[in-house]
Amino acid sequence: MERKAFLPEGFFSDFKKEERCGVGTKRLIMDEDAIRRVLYRLSHEITEENKGVDGLMLVGIRTRGVPLAKRLAAFIKEQEKVDVPVGVLDITFYRDDLTIISSQPVVRSTEIPGRVTDRKIVLVDDVLFTGRTVRAALDALMDMGRPQAIKLAVLIDRGHRQLPIRADYVGKTIPTSAWETVHVLLKETDGEDRILIEEICSPEETPPPFPCASEAEERGE
Amino acid sequence: MVYWDYLATGKIIAHVKKGGDYLHFSRRCLLGLEDLTAEEIEEILTTAVPCKEIIQREVKKLPTLRGWTVATLFYEPSTRTRNSFELAAKWLGADTVNVTIATSSVQKGENFIDTAKTIEALGADFIILRHAMAGAPWLLAQTVDCRIINAGDGPHEHPTQALLDLFTLKEKHPSLAGLKVVIVGDIMHSRVAKSNIYGLLKLGATVRVTGPPSLIPPGIEKLGVQVVNDLREAVRDANVINVLRIQLERQKKGLFPSLREYARLYGVNKEVLSIAPQDVVIMHPGPTNLGVEITEEAASDPRSVITTQVTNGVAVRMALLYLMSGGGKSGELLS
Repeated sequence: MERKAFLPEGFFSDFKKEERCGVGTKRLIMDEDAIRRVLYRLSHEITEENKGVDGLMLVGIRTRGVPLAKRLAAFIKEQEKVDVPVGVLDITFYRDDLTIISSQPVVRSTEIPGRVTDRKIVLVDDVLFTGRTVRAALDALMDMGRPQAIKLAVLIDRGHRQLPIRADYVGKTIPTSAWETVHVLLKETDGEDRILIEEICSPEETPPPFPCASEAEERGE
Repeated sequence: MVYWDYLATGKIIAHVKKGGDYLHFSRRCLLGLEDLTAEEIEEILTTAVPCKEIIQREVKKLPTLRGWTVATLFYEPSTRTRNSFELAAKWLGADTVNVTIATSSVQKGENFIDTAKTIEALGADFIILRHAMAGAPWLLAQTVDCRIINAGDGPHEHPTQALLDLFTLKEKHPSLAGLKVVIVGDIMHSRVAKSNIYGLLKLGATVRVTGPPSLIPPGIEKLGVQVVNDLREAVRDANVINVLRIQLERQKKGLFPSLREYARLYGVNKEVLSIAPQDVVIMHPGPTNLGVEITEEAASDPRSVITTQVTNGVAVRMALLYLMSGGGKSGELLS
C-alpha cells in the first residue's frame, strides 16, 4: 500500500469530497493557531449567549473534551475575570455499544464541581459525529440532577449524525466520508495541537467502519 | 489438580490484547485470585474508583447492565457479600434474583447442579455462588453457560473480599509494593486469608501470617508468606493488620483450648495496637466476634477501616460485574 507523506506543517486545506488520496493519507485541517482562534471565538459565543457567566459550568467529555473545556474556561476568564467551574464527564457507563464490542472500555472518574441542578451547562467535546456520545453525556448529566439548560460546544462537526442532536457552538464544520476518521491532537493529551483527517479504508475494498444508511443508499446498496 | 486442568482446557477465555482505551480483562468466571494476573487485579481495582464515585451520588443508578439478570445462589449465610452483590448489580441497572436456600427447592431435595441449571433456565446471565465446598464454582462453570463469580467456596477462596481489601488498602497506600501486611487468626479455615495472600503477593506486598500454630496450615511458607507465631512480634513494623474471624462453623474439633485464651494471645486490642506503628491500618472482613479476635475498642479505632471495607465492597463488585459483562451477552464476541 502506497502511503503519501504528511502535508507540510501549517498547510491548510479544506477537504473536497471527491478528492481521495488513498488509504492512510492524512490531511491537515487545522493547526495550532487555527484551533486557538476557533476556541477564542467559541468562548465569546458562550458568554454572549448566556449573557455573562452566571450559573455557567463547562463540562468536558473525556478524553479530549476536558482540555478543550479548560481552554475555553481560560479564555472566558480573560474576558470576564471570573473562574467558570469546569467538570469532567466520563460516559463509559452510558455507552450504548457495550454489548456489541469485544472488550470493555476503560472507565475513568467523573468529576463535577458541585451540583448540576439549576446550572447552565455547556458540554464540550472535540468531534461531533454520530451523536451517540452526546446522547450518553446528556443521560449522565440528567442522572446527577436537573440542569436549567444544557448546550453543546464542539471543535469539529463532521456530520453523519445517527441521532437528532446538533451543536450550539461549532468550531468548524467539515464534510467527511464514512471511510475517514478525524484525529484531534491536543497539547495536553498528544503533545501537539493539530487536527487531521485520515482515510482509514477505501470504499471499494472495505465496508465503512461506521455504517451510514444514507451513504450506503447513495451507492445503490 | 482438576481445578488447574480446567484452567488449562481454556474454557476461561484468553485475554484480548486491545489498544489503550480498552481493558484486557475478559473472563467469564472468577473463581479465585490464584489464577488472576497482577495486571487483571489492577484493572479491577482501577475500574472500582469511578464505581465508588457513583455510589456516593444522590441517585445511584446506571443503565450499563440494563437487561442483564444477576442471580445470587448462597448455600451459606451472608449479609455483606450477598447484599453488596445485589446492590452492585442493581445500581448498574441489572435485575437481581436471590435464591435463599432455606426456602428453595433445595429443601425438597433438588441438587446443586439442577438448582443452577434452573437458575440459568430462568434467564440469569450471572450466578454469584457461595458454597461450603471448595471448588463448587468450578463445577458450576462446567455445567452452565452463565458468567460465574465465586463469593466464597468453603475454605478455598473468596476473591471479591480480597479485591475489596486490596482496594481499601490502595486508598491508604496507592502502591502496595513493599507494604507489610499481617494476617492474624484462623489461616487454616479462612478463604479470605488465602485470597488475600494471593492478591497481596501479586501486587508486591509482604505478607506475614500469625495465629495459633494449630490454625496455621503446614507448608504455607511455600506460598511466599512469613509465619510468625507471636502476634505482638508480628505487628511491630506492620503497615496493615488484617484480623480474621474465628470460623467456629468450620472447626469440627477444638483446635485451640478456649476462646478466652485465643483472645488473650491473638485478639487485637488496645495493647497490641500500642505496639504497632502509629499509622497502622486495621481491617476485618466481618462479621466480627467482638471480644474474641478483635475488641470493640480496636474495631472502632480511628485507624480501623472496617466500615469502609463494606462500602468499597459494592464498588469493587460493580467493577467486576462491568468487566465481566464484556463481549456481548452470550459471550460470542470474546475471542
